[in-house]
Amino acid sequence: MAAPVRSTADQPTSSVQNLTIGKALNLGLRAAMEADDKVLVLGEDVGKLGGVFRITDGLQKDFGEQRVLDTPLAESGIIGTAVGLAVRGFRPVCEIQFEGFIFPGFDQISSQLAKLHYRTQGGIKVPVVIRVPYGGGIGAVEHHSESPESLFAHIAGLKVVSCANPVDAYWMIQQAIRCDDPVLFFEPKRLYHSGALKAPVDTAAEPDPLFASRTVRQGSTATLVAYGPSVKVCLDAATAAAEDDLSLEVIDLRTLSPLDLEPVFESVRRTGRLITVSEAPSESSITSEIAARVQQECFYSLESPVLRVTGFDTPYPPSKLEEHYLPDLDRVLHAVDRALAW
Amino acid sequence: MEELRMVRLLDADGGAVEDDRYPMPPPEVLVDAYRALVRGKRLNEQASALVRQGRLAVYPSSRGQEACQVTAAAVLRPGDWLFPTYRDTVAVVERGVDPVEVLTLLRGDWHCGYDPSRHRVAPQATPLATQLLHAVGAAHAATLRGEDTVVLALCGDGATSEGDFHEALNFAAVFAAPVVFLVQNNKYAISVPLARQSVAPSLAHKGIGYGMPGVLVDGNDTAALTAVLGEAVTRAAGGGGPTLVEADTYRIDAHTNADDASRYRTDDEVAAWARRDPLVRLRAYLRGLAVLDDEREAEFTAAAEADAARLRAALADDRPPEPAELFAHVRATPTPQLAAQAASLRAELAAERRQPEEER
Repeated sequence: MAAPVRSTADQPTSSVQNLTIGKALNLGLRAAMEADDKVLVLGEDVGKLGGVFRITDGLQKDFGEQRVLDTPLAESGIIGTAVGLAVRGFRPVCEIQFEGFIFPGFDQISSQLAKLHYRTQGGIKVPVVIRVPYGGGIGAVEHHSESPESLFAHIAGLKVVSCANPVDAYWMIQQAIRCDDPVLFFEPKRLYHSGALKAPVDTAAEPDPLFASRTVRQGSTATLVAYGPSVKVCLDAATAAAEDDLSLEVIDLRTLSPLDLEPVFESVRRTGRLITVSEAPSESSITSEIAARVQQECFYSLESPVLRVTGFDTPYPPSKLEEHYLPDLDRVLHAVDRALAW
Repeated sequence: MEELRMVRLLDADGGAVEDDRYPMPPPEVLVDAYRALVRGKRLNEQASALVRQGRLAVYPSSRGQEACQVTAAAVLRPGDWLFPTYRDTVAVVERGVDPVEVLTLLRGDWHCGYDPSRHRVAPQATPLATQLLHAVGAAHAATLRGEDTVVLALCGDGATSEGDFHEALNFAAVFAAPVVFLVQNNKYAISVPLARQSVAPSLAHKGIGYGMPGVLVDGNDTAALTAVLGEAVTRAAGGGGPTLVEADTYRIDAHTNADDASRYRTDDEVAAWARRDPLVRLRAYLRGLAVLDDEREAEFTAAAEADAARLRAALADDRPPEPAELFAHVRATPTPQLAAQAASLRAELAAERRQPEEER
């Protein structure tokens, strides 16, 4: 008698789960804690509550209060304490509740965490991960919607990454925790629980390297480069443009420091046009850095100047104005039109 | 507000003072402390001289604070950790780090010249109070690892105004971390006097606010410091949590050689504190007990002189560090960008080396 045939959709193999970014991060953290008992989670409300976004949900219950610590409400204290824990062999994962609250910890990040390895000629490794929910579009009050990643990418000694989909969320957080350098891990908070972005995550798969960009849609007319929450904006723009027979290539940067721009150079040499997209203000930003490097490496391939679609150089606006601030599909397509008409 | 009674076991003339809270440490412990004081004082003088000779960029001297310096190291057991500041060279040396390696920072050769993990001494902190949080983290790590390791963190009176000081005390108390905070209240943050940092009855009072013992001790009394810090270390090691100790002392030298202390304090004030020299006081006590004689003193002085001579010889060799070091340790795993920048510097240096030959 033949064995009954089962559809994999009805009965997924045990290693594949359909996850949101938020749940993927949660399971990634769990996997990292299971793999290495030196991994600790600390921050505000990360224990019983599971974090205000529930990313650490259930971790304290399963790993105990020694490994999942609710700290006093002080960001410099969280990061400074994590540095000391790392000096003694732990791998602390700090949660900053919202990106706008990271600045009390900025000194510990920029003057201490980033420099200890250098100051001690490699004598001290500080494998600290700082998880930062970032970006706008959630209708929040001030200090809850910003994109400060460029500030950290500017600091030598740090590594800065951002995930944009559940598969990367699951793997990148584990890879960041395994990394011997301090990593700022920026999470696109408005997409945490997006059902539309749910994707099958194979926990038995071999992940891509952490510090590598990835082409997420192939095209030939122009290249869009984005990271974090803007990747979805660019993918939507590329889908819309396809209806007009425009073939847009989309690259998810994934790593903001160090930058991995070879895939971008390769793409621009084919398409001749580049639009960089980010919610952060444009001045002295990641998008500026990409523009500078692309004009240096791809000067003779460029058919138009590198264009940037970003937030404005203003403080993040009140929520009722944020739709005018955030780069959206139309603004990206408009930039594509400008590049093509150059 | 209730005054804290300062712990003092030796008066300014070296006479023993009864204190119902702390016993006098044994003579042999204090003789060794005296040896360390002689060595520390000589190191302060020698390093200051090396600045004048251009061998060091700068030296923040702990002259007058030697009792705090040597005791902070002496109370620690081999597995314990010290988290020092830029003014704590003597404490780091007394912990067993080679003075030449310690002065790497002030020589400008590298930001830290010793292996922190080997010596269990964190790099000397140049910003104020940042190291206190690291100390709390390292102390909490000991708890998580099930060790009885204690961490002793140093700072000055100025640092008690920094936010990290307060966050560190609070975190330490909430986690019951095995850490001892020693504030060397030397009365000035460069030029700004204590009254501009705090109007609390004492800095030790701040411990009480965070729920830990706050102890005020005569910072020029090696015996009192040994008793107070020793007790705090023992309590921390036994799970009793953190202690804040304020040592009442004075910075006899200027902030650094680049500072002109005459602009903000009088000679009379300095002279009054100079009469409370920790060496004079401990020497008088030990001579009175007949546990310190001329021969022993000569031995200590000779050892300190030998250290100073070795330091002079080592620092006479002023070969600059390798330019490649600039890029070597930025991250645990190197990045392509840095490799490219390192290559560009190598090319620049190679071109410079070739140039004189071409001109010839």
